[in-house]
Amino acid sequence: MQTIISPLLVSHRLSLAPSVPRLLNNHHRAPPSIRLSSHRSTNSLRLFSSAAAAAASASRDSEMATEDVQDPRIAKIASSIRVIPDFPKPGIMFQDITTLLLDTEAFKDTIALFVERYKDKDISVVAGVEARGFIFGPPIALAIGAKFVPMRKPKKLPGKVISEEYSLEYGTDKIEMHVGAVEPGERAIIIDDLIATGGTLAAAIRLLERVGVKIVECACVIELPELKGKDKLGETPLFVLVSSA
Amino acid sequence: MSENEVKDPRIDGIKTKIRVVPDFPKKGIMFQDITTLLLDPKAFKDTIDLFVERYRHMNISVVAGIEARGFIFGAPIALAIGAKFVPLRKPKKLPGEIIFEEYELEYGSDRLEMHVEAVDSGDRALVVDDLIATGGTLCAAMNLLRRVGAEVVECACVIELPELNGRERLEGKPLYVLVEYR
Repeated sequence: MQTIISPLLVSHRLSLAPSVPRLLNNHHRAPPSIRLSSHRSTNSLRLFSSAAAAAASASRDSEMATEDVQDPRIAKIASSIRVIPDFPKPGIMFQDITTLLLDTEAFKDTIALFVERYKDKDISVVAGVEARGFIFGPPIALAIGAKFVPMRKPKKLPGKVISEEYSLEYGTDKIEMHVGAVEPGERAIIIDDLIATGGTLAAAIRLLERVGVKIVECACVIELPELKGKDKLGETPLFVLVSSA
Repeated sequence: MSENEVKDPRIDGIKTKIRVVPDFPKKGIMFQDITTLLLDPKAFKDTIDLFVERYRHMNISVVAGIEARGFIFGAPIALAIGAKFVPLRKPKKLPGEIIFEEYELEYGSDRLEMHVEAVDSGDRALVVDDLIATGGTLCAAMNLLRRVGAEVVECACVIELPELNGRERLEGKPLYVLVEYR
């Protein structure tokens, strides 16, 4: 059975709110609604999944299903992420993906979910943001046959680089990429473990756009929706597996 | 290659993809840049395949990757052989309970950190980095793993700079590399 990869909202396992699967609508356009006929049976979920998946793959840019069909792998992935309070400073609930990496099934499923989504989208570049983007990006790049391009903190990359500044809470930072790593017209996805305010991802988008690359999507394991990072991404869609409110 | 064996035909393709950048990060250093290897999907895949073929039947339960380029090679290897991936990181990046190991730099010292609970005494570990130079970082990595009781089976790097004798710092632990740069 072909599974739908739906970006869904999953309350974090430590949260007191009950886990309510609902669609996380990350795309700017209204998604096409996919309805089965009045057919109701134990197989309706399976038929729905197949129909929606067929529709989704028919149009490269189409939205995923609007109905809440959560991929069964998502819950395990969400529960493998550890939340550490007050790191790196008081008041911050740090989303620690290292525990996901210790769960071989959850890590494999995480990569599979991204690979299934991107493998037929003619992606030639997977750009990963240092450093946790270096853990998720390369396996995806390898599986879909794309280049892996590291986007790094200043002074790490040798040779000619281009850089883009972005704001921090106090001050600014820079992200760098090799000149010539990518070519105009290439189709890219940008990977990081998490999107918070969106500052780093927005800078990565600007960097790639400056050299004529089309960013098909930004992809993260986790989103912190209250920080509204998605709003900083402009026209670029965002896909996440887990939303931690 | 640590043994006297026929060279795998994929090795030459990998070696030609590594870019040498002179005088980086400072004069006199010939920097081995693996990012050009990552731009060639076949060469990158061959690199990972060579490691996976070697380790898949060695009962490795942990792949420890050294920040940051060790993440790029270590994570795909871990996934392919069904091992846990454990990032070994610069100070203050890992939340929660950590142990650290100091190691010498040319001027001063640095630290490598690991989550205490990530690895335990039943684990058989592989340490991965893109390159071994003096061996200081790899030695620190091995110490972290040994302190929690894991067995370090081997260290694996894409590139070795043999003139820097890093191999000798590994206290008898085997080292496997794909490419030597002299």
